[in-house]
Amino acid sequence: MSQPLSRREVIAALLGTPVLLTGCGESAAKNPPLPPGKLVGASAKAGHRTRTHQPPEIADEDWEQVPVVIVGGGIAGLSAARQLSRLERSDYVLLELEPEAGGTSRSGTSPVVDYPWGAHYVPAPGKANAPLVELFREMGLVEGTDEAGEPVYVEEALCRDPEERIFYRGTWYEGRYLAAGASPEDQAQYDRFREEVDRWVAWRDDRGRRAFTIPMSVGSDDSTVTSLDQISMADWMATHGFDSPRLNWLVDYACRDDYGLRSQQTSAWAGLFYFAARTNSAGEESQPLLTWPEGNGRLVAHLRSQSKGEIRTGLTVVDLEPVEHDGRQQVRVKAVPADGGQSVGLIAERVIFAAPRFVGRHVIAPWRNSPPEGLEDFQYGAWVVANLFLRDRPAWRGFPLCWDNVIYESSSLGYVAATHQRGLDHGPTVFTWYLPLCDELPVEARQQLLDGGREIWAEAALAELSLAHPDVRSLVERIDVMLWGHAMILPRPGFLWGGARQQAAEPFRGIHFAHSDLSGLALFEEAFHHGLRAADEVAAALKTWN
Amino acid sequence: MNRTPLLFLNVLIIATCGLVYELIAGTLASYVLGDSVTQFSTCIGVYLSAMGVGAWLSGHIHRGEARCFIEVELGVALLGGFSAPLLFLSFARLSWFHVALYGIVFAIGTLVGLELPLLMRILKKDLDFEDLVARVLAFDYIGALAASLLFPILLVPRLGLVRTSLMFGLLNAAVGLWGTWLLEPQLRGVNWLRARGVLVLVLLSACFIKADIFTTLAEDDLYSDPVVYSTTSPYQRIVMTRSDAGFQLYLNGALQFNSADEYRYHESLAHPPLAASRSRKKVLILGGGDGLALREVLASDGVEQVTLVDLDPAMTNLSEQFPPLAELNRHAFEDPRVTTVNRDAMIWLEENPGRFDIVLIDFPDPNSFSLGKLYTRGFYRLLRRRMMDEAVLSVQCTSPLFSRTAYWCIITTLRAAGFHVHPYHVAVPSFGIWGFALASPVPFDQPQQVPDGLRFLNDEVLQSLFVIPNDLGPLETEVNRLDNQSLVRYYELAWWEDARPGKAASGSTAW
Repeated sequence: MSQPLSRREVIAALLGTPVLLTGCGESAAKNPPLPPGKLVGASAKAGHRTRTHQPPEIADEDWEQVPVVIVGGGIAGLSAARQLSRLERSDYVLLELEPEAGGTSRSGTSPVVDYPWGAHYVPAPGKANAPLVELFREMGLVEGTDEAGEPVYVEEALCRDPEERIFYRGTWYEGRYLAAGASPEDQAQYDRFREEVDRWVAWRDDRGRRAFTIPMSVGSDDSTVTSLDQISMADWMATHGFDSPRLNWLVDYACRDDYGLRSQQTSAWAGLFYFAARTNSAGEESQPLLTWPEGNGRLVAHLRSQSKGEIRTGLTVVDLEPVEHDGRQQVRVKAVPADGGQSVGLIAERVIFAAPRFVGRHVIAPWRNSPPEGLEDFQYGAWVVANLFLRDRPAWRGFPLCWDNVIYESSSLGYVAATHQRGLDHGPTVFTWYLPLCDELPVEARQQLLDGGREIWAEAALAELSLAHPDVRSLVERIDVMLWGHAMILPRPGFLWGGARQQAAEPFRGIHFAHSDLSGLALFEEAFHHGLRAADEVAAALKTWN
Repeated sequence: MNRTPLLFLNVLIIATCGLVYELIAGTLASYVLGDSVTQFSTCIGVYLSAMGVGAWLSGHIHRGEARCFIEVELGVALLGGFSAPLLFLSFARLSWFHVALYGIVFAIGTLVGLELPLLMRILKKDLDFEDLVARVLAFDYIGALAASLLFPILLVPRLGLVRTSLMFGLLNAAVGLWGTWLLEPQLRGVNWLRARGVLVLVLLSACFIKADIFTTLAEDDLYSDPVVYSTTSPYQRIVMTRSDAGFQLYLNGALQFNSADEYRYHESLAHPPLAASRSRKKVLILGGGDGLALREVLASDGVEQVTLVDLDPAMTNLSEQFPPLAELNRHAFEDPRVTTVNRDAMIWLEENPGRFDIVLIDFPDPNSFSLGKLYTRGFYRLLRRRMMDEAVLSVQCTSPLFSRTAYWCIITTLRAAGFHVHPYHVAVPSFGIWGFALASPVPFDQPQQVPDGLRFLNDEVLQSLFVIPNDLGPLETEVNRLDNQSLVRYYELAWWEDARPGKAASGSTAW
């Protein structure tokens, strides 16, 4: 008998081409090629310059005098800029290290639809949050008030029905709580959980303040409420006898959705805040959501349009040095451009520091050697956001495409369809896929984030969407990936009411602080609130002088 | 010629085919039944045990292994090759899909179980036992690897399940046919076997080429009359059927018109607003891609421009070019006064600031959220901005008898958007009692006169349309808004299964 065929030859013969074994590993047949795309990552390089960069020397004649400098062009910084403009102060400069302002509310554009890169909705505020209602009124989103004096929002701005669906065992179901297949015990626990939440919605302290409300600083600081911060949400669930897997999944999802933490890692105060703060009164539905195809990018654009001062992008602030000059407090601001050009020096009467607090450790000169107490308590989570550009809608079973599409028991948060709010129900679309990295140590999460690169994260997004849509791979034309190293403040147990956060909002030698991390909750409303507060503080301080 | 290596190649191919059939059954079952863990477990279990049965049965074959092997190959080719189309069809037609599923899986498993024992017995004449077992099993496992890699990476994404199963059927048939040469010395009646092999190959190839036919076959049962035309556009499934009384158009399984009585519907949609409006120079039709409302508008005096906005070019092209339909709409799309736009009506209204004297809305019933948005307060408010101050609008509003709540929800919503509304209805035998709304931004009187020469409407009938019988009377409903889509939910509750011929099972799509 002759020499038998080698395996490789046999398989090659079978396939007609020598693809499978010859180049195993690098072969194109191993996996269908990944659609093209780019890595959009927040400018880690520019940002990390704050740590390593020796502040540049700036010649005396190059210093510019600017009454107010705003550091950071996220929602807090832009809100401060708008507020200063409303207070007839356009004599400020906002410095942003990214090529464009917006922070984690930035968005992208495509010929089909605009799409978010991060935050993508705001629960419609009630009259209690008057400044925020005023913002939405300014945007033309409020069409009147109802009998109770609550604002009525235009229906086009409210999240279009159907809002959410959940994928479970091959089929999509309406809603985010998996009601399909729930046992009577599951249902009873779910109802009891709602009652528990309603109890907190109705709760008032002896000064009549709610337990959880937005902005959180208006809520109660009674120890009955704040003691919730000492345990994790998972522990709270356990002590209340909630062991239904689908209820615990819902709560865990909520924690990951708003905070980028598992329920075991989230303060029970924050966990309950998620459910109780967005409901006006017990038994009511939670407030409807305001959303836009490009997510909170719409809010960024509006805030920018209302900012009459100067916005300079691509400039990394590397040094803030408070100095006394003729008995007056000043802050000398040094910034370096991303393109390596001429450094910038600004002498400000006041600075609004609207960047995350950890940046202050590297930037505020006196803090480099003696950081304020509790600064290390401010920790930030890492996120991956992928935008998938589809040439057509993928197939599905069960409930149709919604705004928010969640996969039960997945580590991601599922995807949002940008075309939903635009009213485009057929043809090409953009799906925004969100994955919080919930590692115990944020540093490890960030390492994982950077190690991954576009290919790994794009593949992860595709693999997951393929569970619910087997044909999705053939429909995706491009996948862009954003890596957010420090996406949001982490409300771990003990952080919210441990003291460090409250002290952090105090001005420091001409520097006023404005960022959602001062609330411990990375929410638009909180960032907006702190932007306004800091702008008011600064305007008042300058008024006293001038 | 040494045939042994070639027989090993056979081992490899049949091993690949065997695993592919198993994967097809598991995948298909998870597609249509959900719960992939259960489906895969049970399919694999049934399949493996059936292979055991096959192996055991091989012990009862005492001679003519070569012939048996070829017969088995042809059997696997047919059964395995047609497994995916058969399973798809049985899911569309049978309530006992599980029986069909496990029956087919068991039969294929049994045949596949026969293959290797037979082949090993054929090969043992050329090899010693140790060598034989080692090589056969090695190639068997390599085949399994090939199948498990090819299936998710190349086959399902590129070919789909139906074509994948047919393709592997072809491979099995090829092995059988090839075997008639390789094993020729051990065979009798070889020409007959060969002929059958060729037949199986031809049959599978034909189906492989015409695989799309299975969608149509499964569909024929849904319609009571023969399908004369069908196509799938990116937006919907368009089907035309013909009966003795005329022909019918279905969109996503929902009847849009029957040529026998469509004039009652379209006269009632078009003439009341034409009669009620002071000016009829500029007319807008939203939906109505069949061109039948357009036909009525074009036949009226004083119409100078008509813009028809329908989402689906496949629908408007069909109405323009498909002869029976083009005749029915009297070649309306060729009229120089007509501009046809293929765009979502809501997006088009946002983008185009022109204003109209008359608007006709002829969308399909609100059986999905994407249609439901075209009946919302937000939509009507937007539309109002595109209407002259005294313009008149008519809206098809589904049946006030079958879905009374949905009907009144549309009326309530129009009023909430600031319109003055006169509800009216008409009897269309193919549909039943059908509801409409006549609306204007300003208070207006019911129209009194229609032109002479219409097939259905005259002045007296026109008056009667606005008389609402008690069983269709007003109900209190929510306003249908973009953020609550109340109408879709009312509609879903009202239309019970088969209330209307070929009602679409909305909200789901086929894999």
